[in-house]
Order: sequence, then structure tokens, then C-alpha cells
Amino acid sequence: MNPKGACTIVGVGETAVGKLPEMTTLGVQLEAIGRAVKDAGLGPKDIDGLLAIQPSNDPQRSYALTVAQAAGIHPSYATDLAIGGATPVAMVAHAVMAIVTGLCSTVVCVLGHKQATGRLEPRHGRLRDGNEDFEEPFGLLGAPAVHACVAARHMHEFGTKSEQFAAVAVAMRRHASLNANATMRKPITIQDVLESRWVVKPFHLLDCCLVSDGAGAVVVTSADRAHDFPKPPVYIWGFGEGHIAGPLQSSSLTTLGGKQASEMAYRMAGVRPKDMDFAQIYDCFTAIVMVTLEDYGFCAKGEGGPWVENGRIEIGGDLPVNTHGGLLSQGHIEGMLHITEAVKQLRGHSVEPERQVNDAKLGIVSGHGASLSAHATLILGREKP
Amino acid sequence: MGEYLKPLPSKNLDDKPLWDSCKNHSMALQRCASCGQFRYPPRSLCPNCHATETEWRPVSGRGRVYVSLVMCHSYGPAWEKDVPYNVSIIELEEGVKMWSNVIGCPPDEVKIGDAVVLVYEDVTEEISLPKFRPAGHQTP
Repeated sequence: MNPKGACTIVGVGETAVGKLPEMTTLGVQLEAIGRAVKDAGLGPKDIDGLLAIQPSNDPQRSYALTVAQAAGIHPSYATDLAIGGATPVAMVAHAVMAIVTGLCSTVVCVLGHKQATGRLEPRHGRLRDGNEDFEEPFGLLGAPAVHACVAARHMHEFGTKSEQFAAVAVAMRRHASLNANATMRKPITIQDVLESRWVVKPFHLLDCCLVSDGAGAVVVTSADRAHDFPKPPVYIWGFGEGHIAGPLQSSSLTTLGGKQASEMAYRMAGVRPKDMDFAQIYDCFTAIVMVTLEDYGFCAKGEGGPWVENGRIEIGGDLPVNTHGGLLSQGHIEGMLHITEAVKQLRGHSVEPERQVNDAKLGIVSGHGASLSAHATLILGREKP
Repeated sequence: MGEYLKPLPSKNLDDKPLWDSCKNHSMALQRCASCGQFRYPPRSLCPNCHATETEWRPVSGRGRVYVSLVMCHSYGPAWEKDVPYNVSIIELEEGVKMWSNVIGCPPDEVKIGDAVVLVYEDVTEEISLPKFRPAGHQTP
């Protein structure tokens, strides 16, 4: 069956983002869940599905059950998902699959972590990537380096310039400046990005996302019940995933899983890139936004550099991208807030008026992670398809 | 020489032959005995044909730079004296890619497409790391 339009998002919850030393890792999840369930006009007894992710700063087994128990939820469907920054988008897709197959009726998807201050907690850990033996002895350390490979290949294959990557950072910062719940709100220029220190060439510091504490959650339920809730429902039109070989095995570092994932989502939804009023693109690093916009068909492969320049991806431009400021400037909650922001844009009257996309009807959301390997796409709409 | 503080390969059952071959300064890669495809990192199943029989073949040691990065941020005390240093993806003549370092030249000078040759860095009694240096102008 085509699950297009079968489910809606009826509640969203966000915590503050930034440094939250006064909250535990479990505490941020619970705050986001509480807010999302309340936003949907529901209580814990109304939730029968829960999707979570092991927090990378505090991995522990069967985390979804720990969260469910603490939140007073007794699910008939619950599990942890684990595809890195693609997880939140995949959670929404999995929630739809669980609902349409009758496993449960109302699912909370939650992602929270304390990347900024989690090490201050008495118990904390570190989630392994799995390829350390072939990376760390050579000094390949940290997420920026793997993603810098994408930038380096894009520059080599297509002549992309640092200034063009910088245009992405400038746009995200402008949007964050309009968002009260954003960490970095002082506008920046292309020159500021180019003059920020090198982290790993070709990335400057301002090409790289923030490290944050915080959480987000959404409530997904059947579209049959869409009008039983206090806020306007947002319909799930389509989704898809595409997971490629790792950076050593992939035949290309300038086309990633977003191509396959978005093609699947467009097909399910019966829409095209030009139908989108905005895009929430996983922006761990500037170059990933550019490559994803290409993979999603907003411009041809290799043309992302000039395409993102001159305000095209800013509010008021052809395709506003990351209207909340993204991981680069709002805060890094692994893309969960890309989803909550998309829902708020489609509801209308839910964000600061200066960053509301005019008459937003359709939006696309990307999730990307696992050292370039994972990708998930979600298409959301204001109307029932 | 002080204690070696950087991370070392842990040598598990799948990849021990690789690290042992590097120790002998004759790096061998795993090759599927059924379809002939080289693979890296070493694994127990051929991702191309799912055969489990493998052989270990010494490599030519010739390759080209597929990606070159300059690490400018130090991720700990062990790396402080090294930054800025090169990290590259090297595409070997045998068709596989691996993470390594191009050494023997300033990190900024390493460019995509450069020809490189394999060298070994004996970092501990047990471990020699496969690294690369520019092949100079000797490429065909």
C-alpha cells in the first residue's frame, strides 16, 4: 500500500538548545515528550508507540523502554533506531509503518542528547563508530574530517569555491537570528566564514555545526483522527531512505544517499522538487547542504555552488532552507528540530513572523548521518493529499 | 623515544593478517578467492559475491590521492605537535581505497590525483602503519 497521507503529525515539542547543565540526558527527552504530547492535547495514556535513539553521550540498552517507563507510556510498539543523523526522519517513517499496520495508534518520536555538557554527568559513555582501527591511527578524528572529503571532492570535480560553502553558513545564521531558541544569533558575512580558523581544510570553523544539548519530539497518529487535536494537523505525504557504502567504498563522494531517498519520497508523494515551498536540510557541514540540494533535484549535480549564492536559500528567496537556523546556527539536535520546524511552518502562526515562509503548503526534510552513509527524506504537507 | 600515545589498530581476527603484513613491510590485502575482488577493511564475507574464501595478496604499493585533507585542529595531546597534518584517502592500484597520511612533504602540497608510493612507519614493536609519500616525477 502507499502510505501517502495516511498519518499526520499532531504534536511537536522542543527544549531549549545550547548548554543545559541543569538537566540530565534523560531529562531533556522527557521535557520534549511532555511538550509534544501536551501540544497534541493528549496525555501519557493516549500514547502507545515510542521511538527513541541511544544518546551518543550516554548509550544504554533498550533506551526507548527506559524513556517510555519514565514518561508513563506503555507501548505496544517501541524500539531504538540508529542511523545517525538520519534517525529522526526515519523515526517518522517508522511511526507511519507501525500505525498503518495496526501495531499502535499514536507514536511519540524523540531525540535528545547532551553533546555540549553531557561529560559533566556522573555516568556517561561514548558510542563507537566501528571503523576506528582504520581511521584513528592515521589521525582521522572527528566528524568534520569525513565531511570535508565531500567538500574537497566537490571543489575538485565541479570547481566549487569556499565562498559558496560560506553562503550556506550565512543563510543559516540569518535564520537563527530570527529564532528566539537559537544559540548563534549574530549575523555573519561570507568574509567572517572565510576568516574563521581552519578546522580541517577545506572547512573553516563556521562551515561546521554546533555542539549542543537539547531534545525534540513529535507525535504521529492516523490521519482519520486529524481533526481531534487542538493544532492544525500536518500530513505525511512521502518518505524514503537511501544508505550508501562508506566513504572508502562509495563510488562517489558527491552523490550521497539523498538521491535514492528523495526519489522514493517524491514518488510516494507524487510531487516534484519545484512543488516545495521550503526545505529543512541536514546541515552538519555547509557542503552537505549543497550536495543534498543537488541530490534532491533542486539543481543539477555540480551546480550547488552558484545555486546557493545570493540569498536563494534564505527566507524570501526561491527555496528557504533551514528556517530555524539549522545545526549550523540554531543548535545540533541531530535534525529532530528540522522536523519540528517544518511542522510549525506548515501549521502557520507558530514561528516568529519574520521567519514564516509565506503560504507554506509543502516542505521537504532531510536526515543524513553515519559518516556519510545514511540518508532519510520526509515530505510534509499542510493539506491532506 | 617516548611512549606512543596515538590510537593503534586493535588487530582483530578479521584484520590481523593485514597488520602483520605491514609489520613485515609487505602490505597484503584481502582478495576474494572466488570473484577476485580486493576489499578493505578486511572482512569475513565478500561484499561482491558473498564467498568466504579469501587470499592475501601483496600490493604493488602504488596509488593515487583520492582526497587530501589538512587536519588543523588537534583532537588531543598526542596530535598537538602534528597539526597541521595530512589525512588522505589513497586509491591503490588494486582498486581499493584506504585512509592514510601522505608524509615527506608539506600537508598543503598534497593534491587529488597525485601519485604516491607506500612506505611504513614503525610506530611500536607490534605495529607498522602503512603511509604514503609523493611518487615525485617518476609516474608513467
